[in-house]
Amino acid sequence: MRIICPVKRVPDTAAAKKVDPDDHTLDRDSGEAILNANDEWSIEEALRIKERGSAEVIVLCMGPEQAQTTVRKALSYGLDGAIQVTDPAIHGSDAVATARVLAGALADEEFDLIIMGNQSSDARTMLLPAMLAEFLDLPALTYVKQLDIDGNTLTAQRETPSGHVVVRADMPAVVSVVEAINEPRYPSFKGIMAAKSKPLQTRDLAAVGVDAGQVGLEGSWTQVVEATPRPPKQAGEKVEDDGSGTVGAQALADFLAARKFI
Amino acid sequence: MTVLVLVDHDAGAPKKISNQILTAAREVGGGGVHAVVLGEGATASAEKLGDYGVTKAFVWDDGDADAFATEPRTAALVAALEQSAAPILLYPADPFITDVVARAAVRVEAGVVTDATDLELDGDTMIATKAIFGGEMASRCKVREGRPQFIGVKANAFTAEPGGASECQIVVLNVSLDDKTRRAEVIDTVEQEAGGRPEMTEASFIVAGGRGLGDAEGFKLIEELADALGAAVGASRAATDAGWYPHQHQIGQTGKTVAPQLYVGAGISGAIQHRAGMQTSQTIVAINKDADAPIFSIADFAVVGDLYKVLPPLIEEIRKRK
Ligand SMILES: Cc1cc2nc3c(=O)[nH]c(=O)nc-3n(C[C@H](O)[C@H](O)[C@H](O)COP(=O)(O)OP(=O)(O)OC[C@H]3O[C@@H](n4cnc5c(N)ncnc54)[C@H](O)[C@@H]3O)c2cc1C
Ligand SMILES: Nc1ncnc2c1ncn2[C@@H]1O[C@H](COP(=O)(O)O)[C@@H](O)[C@H]1O
Repeated sequence: MRIICPVKRVPDTAAAKKVDPDDHTLDRDSGEAILNANDEWSIEEALRIKERGSAEVIVLCMGPEQAQTTVRKALSYGLDGAIQVTDPAIHGSDAVATARVLAGALADEEFDLIIMGNQSSDARTMLLPAMLAEFLDLPALTYVKQLDIDGNTLTAQRETPSGHVVVRADMPAVVSVVEAINEPRYPSFKGIMAAKSKPLQTRDLAAVGVDAGQVGLEGSWTQVVEATPRPPKQAGEKVEDDGSGTVGAQALADFLAARKFI
Repeated sequence: MTVLVLVDHDAGAPKKISNQILTAAREVGGGGVHAVVLGEGATASAEKLGDYGVTKAFVWDDGDADAFATEPRTAALVAALEQSAAPILLYPADPFITDVVARAAVRVEAGVVTDATDLELDGDTMIATKAIFGGEMASRCKVREGRPQFIGVKANAFTAEPGGASECQIVVLNVSLDDKTRRAEVIDTVEQEAGGRPEMTEASFIVAGGRGLGDAEGFKLIEELADALGAAVGASRAATDAGWYPHQHQIGQTGKTVAPQLYVGAGISGAIQHRAGMQTSQTIVAINKDADAPIFSIADFAVVGDLYKVLPPLIEEIRKRK
């Protein structure tokens, strides 16, 4: 079995974000960048599938040159190889453009399963899994909190607000996972060392068969008109309870009543 | 501009978020409002849409909409887009619906803006306001000219107001499915929770609990407060990781983003990853025994105290005043 694991390089949540005043894109060098947290669960799930039977797991990342550190990080968990799509024309791509590039990179690849995070912490569109599936004409099982594989058939629990639905599809397919699916491991020292020499192919747009006019700021179908920091929220009133509970409860009830919540 | 609204519904009635979006479509769009309603109970739901000014509802009440994930609904949505010819689609920001919209967007070459909290019309273009980077920044986004505009709208961004009273014409969609659209089969639906409480991402009020509760039992108190307020229940990652509450209630960077009118956090420190999922809530209230808890820096009202002491009399007081 061959599994593709798309991963994204994202700014650390705690890092200060800087947005280019002209094109409103994130300055991706302004703070520390990390492997998107939700992709740790998809990597872990791919590893578990690999360990249960046998599978080759390939990391797929669209990002600037510096994203190589993210790709190596993903490899350090014990994945087998990577494809990184890097091209200056990609800067500013939206979800559709990203899905197009990822699909282009997979057009000539053989694979049974694409397994990815359900959301990226920066863009957080949740569009990518379904869009990638649409470009590749595959079924998608998204928001999966449990995945079983029997022969060629996937059975997945898709998380709902109050439980889950069980959905079945044959591979090849796209799966996106939520945090509840597993407990990711840490990369081992051996894994970190091995990641340095795992095969990594870097491809440009031409190599993935995507026209520069279909990606980047100009080629994206959406546009950011304005991006501004939100003014920091001011802390409001603070009441110390006296240990009895009633002082805090009364004050809070008064506040809720004043704001007409009760 | 005529705006098409993808109406989510439940047991034959449009959901609250759908009525909110229909109101936005009517008021911001300023032109006609069309609706597309899919799945079991769609016809009954569509019959209620005249109250919100919908003139035409495209309905597909077919068993395949619920028997197979995403793709039959995508085909139906594409059919509705063609028949309606509306240049703008508004849809509820909901995970499963987003899948349908994402596939349809690739098919009809539409741009998609997710998670709008406000809308304005600029000529023929709808401009959406949305929070980015976990609410650290605000942005205004749009779809490029000449393309269908798909915009996801967050719950409670608008207030539902009936109006524009009209006769709603029901058009049954003719959707032809090939076998390929039936490749992700729904074989079971499992409800882990008793109904009755609002869904977290739709709720106007949320009461969230964290590690400070100490154990799963503590969530009973959170649920009691939620029920007194008519709120949904949320949780921090520390609480869901510990197995005290189901993961689908996790608020934050790796969980869900919420922006209710009222967020009450008890025993939650307010780590940056938690704030990334709730800091755009309109009113934030926090109860924590640590006077320096980071959540207090964004709280409109803070109670420094033991939640086990404060919550029981608070619940009493709320019940009394209601
Ligand atoms: C990549 C990544 C992603 C993450 N994603 C998320 C996410 O999506 N959502 C999320 O929530 N977290 C997330 N986290 C975790 C986050 O960093 C925090 O660890 C977590 O939010 C802490 O949860 P907590 O506030 O319940 O627990 P704690 O930080 O332990 O806080 C417990 C609080 O309860 C108070 N307390 C204790 N007892 C009482 C009492 N009797 N009465 C009143 N107060 C009391 C304490 O003073 C303390 O402030 C993520 C972390 C990482 C690294
Ligand atoms: N540039 C990218 N390269 C590879 N995978 C990506 C990229 N952007 C998003 N993804 C994948 O898509 C998932 C959902 O992201 P999003 O749709 O942005 O919320 C992520 O968890 C990643 O697995």
